[in-house]
Amino acid sequence: MKKLSIPLLLALIAVGTVLAAHFELLDLYIQTVIMFVGVNIILSSSFNIINGYMGEFACGHAGFMAVGAYVTSVLNLMLFTKSKAFGPPLLSPDLALYFFPVTLILGGIAAAITGLIVAVPSFKTRDDYLAIITLAANFIIVSLFINMDIVGGARGLMGMKQIIFAMEDIVFIPWMLIWVFTFTYLTVFIIRRFVTSTYGKGIIAIHQDEIAAEIMSVNTDKMKLVAFMLSSGLAGVAGGLFAHILGYINPNSFGILKSTECLVMVYMGGMGSLSGSIIAAILFTLLIEGLRFIIPAADTLIHYLPLIPDTFHLSQVLKWVIIPLILVILMQFRPEGIMGNRELSDFFPKLKRFYVFK
Amino acid sequence: MSLLKIEGLTQKFGGLTAVSDFSTHFQGNELMGLIGPNGAGKTTVFNIVSGFYTPTRGNIIFKDKPINGLKPHVVTGMGIARTFQNIRLWHDMSLLDNILISQHHNLGYTLLDSFLRNKRYVDNEHRMRTIAMDLLEQLDLIQFKDERPGNLPYGVQRKIEIARALSVKPDLLLLDEPAAGLNSADVQDLIKLIAWIHKEFNIAIWMIEHQMAVVMSLCSWIQVIDFGKTIAQGTPEEIQSNPAVIKAYLGDDNI
Repeated sequence: MKKLSIPLLLALIAVGTVLAAHFELLDLYIQTVIMFVGVNIILSSSFNIINGYMGEFACGHAGFMAVGAYVTSVLNLMLFTKSKAFGPPLLSPDLALYFFPVTLILGGIAAAITGLIVAVPSFKTRDDYLAIITLAANFIIVSLFINMDIVGGARGLMGMKQIIFAMEDIVFIPWMLIWVFTFTYLTVFIIRRFVTSTYGKGIIAIHQDEIAAEIMSVNTDKMKLVAFMLSSGLAGVAGGLFAHILGYINPNSFGILKSTECLVMVYMGGMGSLSGSIIAAILFTLLIEGLRFIIPAADTLIHYLPLIPDTFHLSQVLKWVIIPLILVILMQFRPEGIMGNRELSDFFPKLKRFYVFK
Repeated sequence: MSLLKIEGLTQKFGGLTAVSDFSTHFQGNELMGLIGPNGAGKTTVFNIVSGFYTPTRGNIIFKDKPINGLKPHVVTGMGIARTFQNIRLWHDMSLLDNILISQHHNLGYTLLDSFLRNKRYVDNEHRMRTIAMDLLEQLDLIQFKDERPGNLPYGVQRKIEIARALSVKPDLLLLDEPAAGLNSADVQDLIKLIAWIHKEFNIAIWMIEHQMAVVMSLCSWIQVIDFGKTIAQGTPEEIQSNPAVIKAYLGDDNI
C-alpha cells in the first residue's frame, strides 16, 4: 500500500483539480494556468529527450508543436464544427468527445513525421550545425502556416472552443482539464519507460560517446530517428492541447520565442533529468504567470515611492528581460540546472519507498 | 571455412595510401598480432574491418560474407567486437549499463514493447542482464557493477572495455593497443587476461600492440606493416630476427 502512495497522490491531484473546477471552486484563469503547466511539462520533458538524454542541441521545438496544433485543430474543425473554411461538419458533433484523443494523437503523428526534417540531417551533423538546421526547420514550419490561407494565414485559426462546447454538451465536466492531465501523465510515463529501458539508453550512449555507441552495436541512425520522432511527436500533442485550451492559434505564437521557453525549461531543470524538466516546467509557468501581477504591482509601488518619472511605466515586456536573465544567472551559478542529470529519487532516496516503478 | 579473410585491402585518403594491398587470414581461433612503427596504418586496418571506412579496394570476407561497406553496428552484430586505443567507455553510466547497451544488436524487443513493458520486454531485459552479470562475474568485475567507469583506475577501465567488447559475444575480438598507458604490473595482468579470454571464450583475437613483451608472449603469428605495406610475417621468433623489421623499427645502419 505504501508503494502506491505517490501514484495515488498524483491521481488525487488530477481528480481533485477536475472536481474543484467542476464545482467552480477554481476560477477559469487558474484552470488555464494549470493546463499551461501540463502543456509545458509535455514540452520540456519531450525536449529533454533530445537536448538532455541525447545531448544534441536542438532549438526548434515550437515548430513541431505548431504542426500538432494545426493538424489537430483542422481535423477537429473539419469533422465536428461548421466553419467558413471547412464547411459543414463531416461527423456528428456528438462524436467529438470520443474522437478528440484520436485527433490529438494524429496531430502528434503528423508532428513526428515532420520531425524527420531534423532527424535525417542529424545522421551526419552534430552540435552547432544541427542547431542551425533545427532553427531553420522552425522557421520553415512557421512560414508555411503563415502562407496557408486555408488555415487563416497570419491571422490565425479560431473556433476550437466549439469543439470543447460540443464535448461539454454531452457531459458537462471540464474536459480540457481531463485531457491535459491524461496526456501529461501519459507523456511522462512513456518517456520514463523509454529512457530506463536498454533500448532507450542507447541515446544516452550516443550522448556520451557516439563512436563507441556505433561500434558497440547501437544503430545510431535508428536511435536518432526514434528520439527525434518521439520528441517532436509529443511536442505535437502538446500543441494540440495548447490550441484547444486557448481556442485560437496563430503561427507567430510558435516562433523562436516559444522554442526559447522550451530551452529555458530544459536547462533550468537539468539535462537528462525527467523530474527536473517537470519541476522547471511548473516553476517557469508559475513565474511567467506570476510576472503578470508582479510587474504592475512593482510599477504601482515605484510610482508610489516617487522613484521614476510618472511618464515611464514598467511594461509586460520586462518578462522577456527577466526570463533570459534567469538563464544567464543559472548558467553562471548552476550550469547543470536544478537537478543536474539526476532524478528526484537520487536526492531523496526515501522517496523510493513510496512508489514502485516497473 | 575460414573466419576472416582479407585480400588486397587498400585504403587511400586523398593522395595518401594508408594501407596498401593488405592481406590476412584467420582460420579459427588464432591469436594474431599486428605491429609496426607509428603511423604504419595498423589502426586504419582495424577501422576498415570494423566498418568505419569503406576500403578503396579489396575484399573482407567474414564467415563467408563480404563485410566491406557495412555499417559498424552491423559488423559488430555479425561478431566482430573491438576496443579502442584511447578508452572509450560511456563514463557517466554504471558499469552494468555499459555492458547492457553493448547488447543492442540483440535486444529482442521493439520500441512499443519498451513502453508497454510486456512479457517480451521483461524476458529479454532479464536475459541481457543475466549475460552481463555472468560476464562481470567471470571477469571479476562484479564488485564495480554500479560504479561509473570514470571513477575507476585506468587498468580496470581497460578490463571493462574488453568486457564490454566480449558482451557482444564476438567470434573475433580486435584489441587496439590494450597495453597502452598501463604500468608493468598491469601489463602482466593484461597478458594473463588475454590468454585466459582466448582459452575460455575460444575466440579469435587480433591485436595491435607496441609493447613487444605482450605481443611476443601471446601471439602465435605476427604481421608487421610499415607505411601501409606488409614487410614481414611469421612466428614471434622469426619476426624478432627479421632484418626488414629491425630496419623499420631501428632505422638503416648505413646512414
